[in-house]
Amino acid sequence: MTRTNVNKSFRAHLLNKLQTDYRFDNRKKEEYRDIKVELGVISKAEGSCRVTLGDTIVLAGTKLGIERPYPDRPDTGSITVNAELLPMSSPDFESGPPGIQSIELARVVDRSIREGGAIDFKKLSIEHGEKAWFVFIDIVSMNNDGNLMDAACLAATGALLNTKYPNVKDGIIDYKNHGKDLEIEAQPLLVTVNKIGDSLFVDALRAEEPYIEARLSIGILDDKGTICALQKGGTTPFTEEEIAKALDLAILKSKELRKALKGGKTGKK
Amino acid sequence: MSKVLFEPKQIVVPGETLAEGMDNLPGEGTFRDGDKIVANVLGLMNVKGRLISLIPLSGKYKPKRDDVIIGRVTDIASKGWIVNINCAYHAMITLKDATSDFIPKDANLSKYYDVGDYVLAKIVKVTSQNLIDLSMRDPRFKKLDGGRLIEINTTKVPRVIGKAASMISMIKEKTGCRIFVGQNGLVWLKGEPKGENVAAEAILKIERESHLSGLTDQIEKFIVKSLK
Amino acid sequence: MAYTKRHDGRKMDETRPVEAEVGVIKNADGSARFKIGDTEAYAAVYGPRELYPSFLKNPSQGTLRCYYNMLPFSGMGNRVRPGPSRRSKEISLVTHNCFQPIVDLRAFPNTVVDVYIELTDTDAGSRCAGICAASMALAHAGVPMKDLVSAVSGGKVGKSVLVDLDYKEEAYENEEVSDMPVAVLPRTGEIVLLQMDGKISVDEIKKALKILKKPIEKIYELQKTALKNSFTGGEK
Repeated sequence: MTRTNVNKSFRAHLLNKLQTDYRFDNRKKEEYRDIKVELGVISKAEGSCRVTLGDTIVLAGTKLGIERPYPDRPDTGSITVNAELLPMSSPDFESGPPGIQSIELARVVDRSIREGGAIDFKKLSIEHGEKAWFVFIDIVSMNNDGNLMDAACLAATGALLNTKYPNVKDGIIDYKNHGKDLEIEAQPLLVTVNKIGDSLFVDALRAEEPYIEARLSIGILDDKGTICALQKGGTTPFTEEEIAKALDLAILKSKELRKALKGGKTGKK
Repeated sequence: MSKVLFEPKQIVVPGETLAEGMDNLPGEGTFRDGDKIVANVLGLMNVKGRLISLIPLSGKYKPKRDDVIIGRVTDIASKGWIVNINCAYHAMITLKDATSDFIPKDANLSKYYDVGDYVLAKIVKVTSQNLIDLSMRDPRFKKLDGGRLIEINTTKVPRVIGKAASMISMIKEKTGCRIFVGQNGLVWLKGEPKGENVAAEAILKIERESHLSGLTDQIEKFIVKSLK
Repeated sequence: MAYTKRHDGRKMDETRPVEAEVGVIKNADGSARFKIGDTEAYAAVYGPRELYPSFLKNPSQGTLRCYYNMLPFSGMGNRVRPGPSRRSKEISLVTHNCFQPIVDLRAFPNTVVDVYIELTDTDAGSRCAGICAASMALAHAGVPMKDLVSAVSGGKVGKSVLVDLDYKEEAYENEEVSDMPVAVLPRTGEIVLLQMDGKISVDEIKKALKILKKPIEKIYELQKTALKNSFTGGEK
């Protein structure tokens, strides 16, 4: 993202709006925008999910392929998470190879899914040392109005939940026909808590993002609050108290995201 | 026999034939092809005597002399400030037009306007080469202090301002907000947290519903209801 | 077995169901979605805006750039590797060729208009869907242009000349298949995109171009309606 000089008077005004719980779209600090989850929106993907978070739209799709397992883990498949901040989705994004923002996004989502144990890689194995399933998770921004991180992880988990194995005939994948569901062991979600001054808040708008001084993205596995990934962003430090507060807030909010995921409507597939 | 094929204020898309025959003249947003006048842009049909033109419904701001606009300072050069004015070309504020104060030689220019500052200014010159000069010499032009900006379709600016500024005055009065509407589609607001949000929502509502009649009354009702 | 009946029951000159919508990408200056069958294209237009680096600037008129891209999960079979490929570059070029003659950027020298076309889902006919979406997005952005562009593919399976082949038809194995994407300027009927792969006779090309006319007309009407409705909230 293009970093412009932070305008002090606009920052002060924004901070006042946060503190009085009148954000630009009338939300409170700990409030998310309306969340819409749609599953199975892409006919050619093995699994797919579109997340609409206010005016932010993120699309995730999975493709499955058979590859030779890594030599040191002959009995496991794996995943690849890739994110593209499409130039279509914002005047701030340029075409070309992935920038650092999309790399960070993909890596944090990858960590949440991998370390959260969303997929048991052993179950992806087909033939010892020879063949295993590999799951490619691709996430793209369609319209960026802020908080791509949380929308991306929600979309990725949604796409996984919706993923079916293509049939295999004589060792060749038949992508036209799908059979059993990919087994999902856990459903990681990311909640990013942002900091401006002393205010902590969630679900930042694109108009708020240039003023964010620090953020903590927290991967959460379940309603008990098992944490599976952390990523601190921004150049301003957090105090221990702030981190404790952020974790509590994130666990609380993850329940809301989980509810939206559960209520996600499945389109035709 | 010449024939006009659309009623005034009907929406037409590029390529639609607006009139047949040689009696009419092609105006803004149209072109002549043989005996036809054809739309060149998405717009509203406008007939004035024999002249057929289109009022665009979208598109980037086209800078005009004497327009009051809101811009963002993007760079400081030796002769002044480079300003993004939300259009295809950037604008310039030269030292002599920057303020009614005297700027001493070798002054630190960022003390006047820094990169990232928003300013309210007037366009004083647009050359054929699209070099745009702004002026801030009049005291009503200034650096915008705090507040927030929203962006609207530039073609909706007249609707937001209203006849003799009726709409914008009403919004200011009801919400207690300070508001500047730039001709370039940027709107600056500053007020109490709630009133400011209501004003912003009202302006975006005007942008969305500009095709409806009786809008001022509806917007007033909306504001009163939202402020409760 | 001759392909005399289409597998999905369509008439030879019938397209799959079409959806057209405008204003789907809020950040863009203009945007549209065009769906035909399971093929879905989004287009977003940014500009005219400043063009960097400076040596790319054209002082006599604005520059038009088109980017066609298939999203990694949008295709039948393997994942599409992200980033430009030879295929996507070629389609971007022919898409650009469709719009260059009608888009009028003389009033915007030195600037650029960027058209981003993203295919979220493909089931054949993706370049035509992309062109239809881009045409609406450009008009929606208020870019001056002489006409819209409407596109659909023609072609043949076996002896049957037909329109809007889907993936199953393109991949039909028992008989000769040819696929011919066509884009038309609806006002003049002039052709701005013509490609073909497969084997086809001159007569069959002529026949395909002829039976394309009605579907093109239908697509054009849907594009027009979508554009007009976006400014009236759907009312007449």
